[in-house]
Amino acid sequence: MTLPALPDESIVIAATVADWREAVHAAGAALVASGAAKPGYADAMIRMIEEHGPYVVIAPGLALAHARPDDQVLADGLAVVTLATPVAFGHPHNDPVGVVLGLAVESVGGHLESIADLANVFNDPSIIPGLAAATSADEVRRLMGVPSS
Amino acid sequence: MKIVTICGVGIGSSGILKVNAERVLAGLDIEADVVAADVASIRAVADDAQVILTSAEFVEAIGPTFAEVIVVVNHFDLEELREKLVAALG
Repeated sequence: MTLPALPDESIVIAATVADWREAVHAAGAALVASGAAKPGYADAMIRMIEEHGPYVVIAPGLALAHARPDDQVLADGLAVVTLATPVAFGHPHNDPVGVVLGLAVESVGGHLESIADLANVFNDPSIIPGLAAATSADEVRRLMGVPSS
Repeated sequence: MKIVTICGVGIGSSGILKVNAERVLAGLDIEADVVAADVASIRAVADDAQVILTSAEFVEAIGPTFAEVIVVVNHFDLEELREKLVAALG
């Protein structure tokens, strides 16, 4: 598979959140809205960070939130949430986070191509600031190079 | 040579590290088997690895190892990866 499509439901622009938990929750809610995950997936993503720390902040300003493939995942899916005001995840170098990606995968094996596509997109250092400043879902899709369906 | 990338689940950040490490190694003309894994399977996966690529949060959980542990800050910065891999591989 390549990067999952980004329907309007999977994109939230300028979300207002109080802290990193709410930011991850917003990404989980977007995955639920687009049909990729069940409501419990957001809490599973938050538990990963509580358990292992803020390692999901993999680049300056960007968090890649995800949990294990389990019964909370309905389909491979991606969500993009930009934050009105960036929040700290507690990462020593890459805080504050203004863009949260939510990733749901059905199985560990089948997703490496989409991860490679994610690397293709984000190896361009202009993408994270571009997403943070995006004002529409179309702009997010254009930056990510994915269709709405 | 074997290189292991480690994260919490073995699918997100370790997958990105795997993909980008393979790109950097290809550019350096270094042949290596790069494996993404979760931190829970570190003992099984990394016992014959020369290098472990990971985030700072997993260094303690990885524990004592013969592999050189490289902490990556920006997973999308190929230049950071290249510099650290060159330094580790001498």
